Amino acid sequence: MQNNSIISLLTERFGAEAIISQPTVDGIPTCWVDKSKVVDMLSFLKNEVSRPYRMLYDLTAIDERERSNRSVLPVSSDFTVVYHLTSYGRNEDIRIKVPLQGEYPTMPSITKLWANANWYEREVFDMFGIRFDGHPFLQRILMPRNWQGHPLRKEHPARATEMGPFVFTEDDRTAADEMLQFKPEEWGMSRSSDDADFLFLNLGPDHPGTHGLLRLVLQLEGEEIVDVVPDIGYHHRGAEKMGERQTWHKFIPYTDRIDYTAGVINNLAYLLTVEKMAGIEVPPRAQVIRIMLTELYRIASHLVWYGTFAQDLGQISPVFYTFNDRERVFDIISAITGGRMHANWFRIGGIAQDLPQGWQQMVADFLKHFPKSLREWDKVVMRNRIIKARTIGIGVFNTDEAIEWGATGPALRATGFEWDLRKKRPYSGYDQFEFDIPTGRNGDCYDRARVRVEEMWQSLRIIEQCMRRMPEGPYKSTHPLATPPLKERTMYDIETLINHFLGVSWGPVIPEGEAMIQIEAAKGSNAYYLISDNNTSAYRCRIRTPSFAHIQMVPYISRGYTIADLLAILGAVDFVLADLDR
Amino acid sequence: MAIGFIIAIVLLMVITIAAANIYIERRLLSLWQDRRGPNRAGPWGILQVPADMIKIFLKEDWIPPFADRTVFVIAPTIVMIVTLLSFAIIPFAPGFMVVDSNIALLFFLANSSLGVYSVVLAGWASNNKYSLIGAMRGAAQMVSYEVFMGLSLMGVVMLAGGSFSMREIVESQKEMWNVIPQLPGFIIFLIAAVAESHRAPFDLPEAEGELVAGFHTEYSGIKFGMFFVGEYISITLISATIVTLYFGGWLGPAFLPPFFWFMFKTFIFIAFIILLRASLPRPRYDQFMAVGWKILLPISLINILITAAILLYKG
Repeated sequence: MQNNSIISLLTERFGAEAIISQPTVDGIPTCWVDKSKVVDMLSFLKNEVSRPYRMLYDLTAIDERERSNRSVLPVSSDFTVVYHLTSYGRNEDIRIKVPLQGEYPTMPSITKLWANANWYEREVFDMFGIRFDGHPFLQRILMPRNWQGHPLRKEHPARATEMGPFVFTEDDRTAADEMLQFKPEEWGMSRSSDDADFLFLNLGPDHPGTHGLLRLVLQLEGEEIVDVVPDIGYHHRGAEKMGERQTWHKFIPYTDRIDYTAGVINNLAYLLTVEKMAGIEVPPRAQVIRIMLTELYRIASHLVWYGTFAQDLGQISPVFYTFNDRERVFDIISAITGGRMHANWFRIGGIAQDLPQGWQQMVADFLKHFPKSLREWDKVVMRNRIIKARTIGIGVFNTDEAIEWGATGPALRATGFEWDLRKKRPYSGYDQFEFDIPTGRNGDCYDRARVRVEEMWQSLRIIEQCMRRMPEGPYKSTHPLATPPLKERTMYDIETLINHFLGVSWGPVIPEGEAMIQIEAAKGSNAYYLISDNNTSAYRCRIRTPSFAHIQMVPYISRGYTIADLLAILGAVDFVLADLDR
Repeated sequence: MAIGFIIAIVLLMVITIAAANIYIERRLLSLWQDRRGPNRAGPWGILQVPADMIKIFLKEDWIPPFADRTVFVIAPTIVMIVTLLSFAIIPFAPGFMVVDSNIALLFFLANSSLGVYSVVLAGWASNNKYSLIGAMRGAAQMVSYEVFMGLSLMGVVMLAGGSFSMREIVESQKEMWNVIPQLPGFIIFLIAAVAESHRAPFDLPEAEGELVAGFHTEYSGIKFGMFFVGEYISITLISATIVTLYFGGWLGPAFLPPFFWFMFKTFIFIAFIILLRASLPRPRYDQFMAVGWKILLPISLINILITAAILLYKG
């Protein structure tokens, strides 16, 4: 079997007793490995195997102690660390799980193997209290440094009402101020070089160029950047913890708020995984409506980026033009869904309602209008000589570096690597549509911008095909776990009535299992790694977002440039703080 | 008596125009940016500026505890004083000017050089890293662009028979406006003048996306207002100077008074400078300096040589 070939390779190399494989709903080969062997095995997968697994797609952990049925795990484990690797050559993923015993376990760090493991391991430490030996700077990353406990551990309270009243005294304030003082020595930075003292400039968390609560501490020599230290977590809202508390259905609105510029694209990432676990087939009409809305939101998200990108480069007008056209997109979206940014429109098994009358005309008007705008902005922004001078050759990285750091989406395609999950792993019926994958050549800020502009043209093509070929039929599956079930039939047969009653009062019970489906979100690859222990809410809800990987990369691609370039780089990264901190 | 009267008129006029510029800029920007702009205070929003002024006068006059108080207070006044002083030599119409000096142009250049102190002192006294970086950028930018600004004007002086008097420069354009024989000089002067007044797209000392507000990050209330109004006065000054030096000053068809022509042309340039802000992105600091020294300086020198050669040839 193709899927198991990598498992057999691993067995050959490390022996059958070292690897215990686990079946998963999504079909991604998953194996349990002891922590003494995991570094060797990951190194083998990254460097030695043919068509290697070069990208550390995700690294997270699971607190297994409160599973309703721990016997389903092939290995006994209190905490499980999960490595999710992607091989572009094979177009396959592999999941490596490491069982850990005890309350505060330790395991070896893989920061030497993958540069981007740094933040992921810090996050696991922050959220679970698992220590990584050999990590260069194992500090909290999302929570404040003086936070008590580790939020994603099951004993940590999820609601404010479980935590007692919040008090913030004058002393707390002083302590918090003190905590935010940047001490270069902690980061192994020196305050001066042989011939100059460095200037440490605190950029953010409130700064017009960071698009939200992001703090970057710059080590400067004159205007040249020696190093950058991102300090994140200001926008952390505990979305993963809420995913373990809300029912499967009630978590959908929270996903809207992960990448808040891209609305229902988040719904799609979450629901594809849930539907996979529930075994729901989504009817064709619902799929096409989903794709149409997804592409409209992709345009809306890219328009926010387009305007603010020009704004970051000092051009003050395009942001108004792009936001005006974004309103046209939102007009269509609000006619269909009633919402604007947080449409919360997809449901388990379909969408919330059918399309309204007259939607074709609105979409057709937009399709007619938007190309004119795109052509105009091309003249104003993309062909502007100053914009080119500010972005060409700035923030360059190549395909290998992109994969090493886990960069996905337009950032990866700008390096010339043709990879789009909508084409390579078609989901939700994308294989029915004709579109191209725009790529860049140099992997600089200008190419990243170029790729996004081209993507808007491709999205228009997809929307046009959706409009022309919208199938007839139901907009929601009749599967018993589809939530809320179609109301029309509840009064005619008892089965539907029961399902309706349970699905609406308790929420659906998703069968035991785990899955993760990567999708091509507006900013890169987004995925929800969901684990069900046969309950009304997820046992573990891990949200892998593109912004996290991309911001981790910023110091690497900014060294040696100037402050002005850093803002161009940030503008071209296209991140959203909610997507970064979740 | 007469001179006192003219000074009073000019000051009043300039400050009114500067205040009107705020309104004009906001309305023009909103027109070009497909939005409405201020339209609530009074008919068409014309009371917006008085409302803003009342607000800015009544705001707490706050000086950060870590700032150098004396210098912090002096800095914003400098920009106001030097730009207003420059209007002394602008001929609004025949006989309508404060001083008809034979070193008028040098006086203008000297004043614009002094303007840099405003930026540098404000940035230094604020004791803030963003202000410091902005001030350093400002100092380098203004010192460099002064060089080309001065050189680009030499062609005009030569055409006026070697006179630095603004009146004589205007009168020398009766046959032909200077913009035609001095096109390269005009373009360089325009760029240098926008750079001198650090207006977008050359607002590198402020660079709101990068340096928050650059040299005036720590300023608020009326002291910020002085920088703000100072910027609008210097837009007016640049436009008036361009009109005087290159577009024939008050000269124009006789069916309307000379003063009208001067004002009309000045407003066109004010609008043009606003359009520049609406349309262009900001170059990077080092690129901007490189363009200055590597392109504008040689062109302005060649311009002087060619102008001089032609004048010598014509005798």
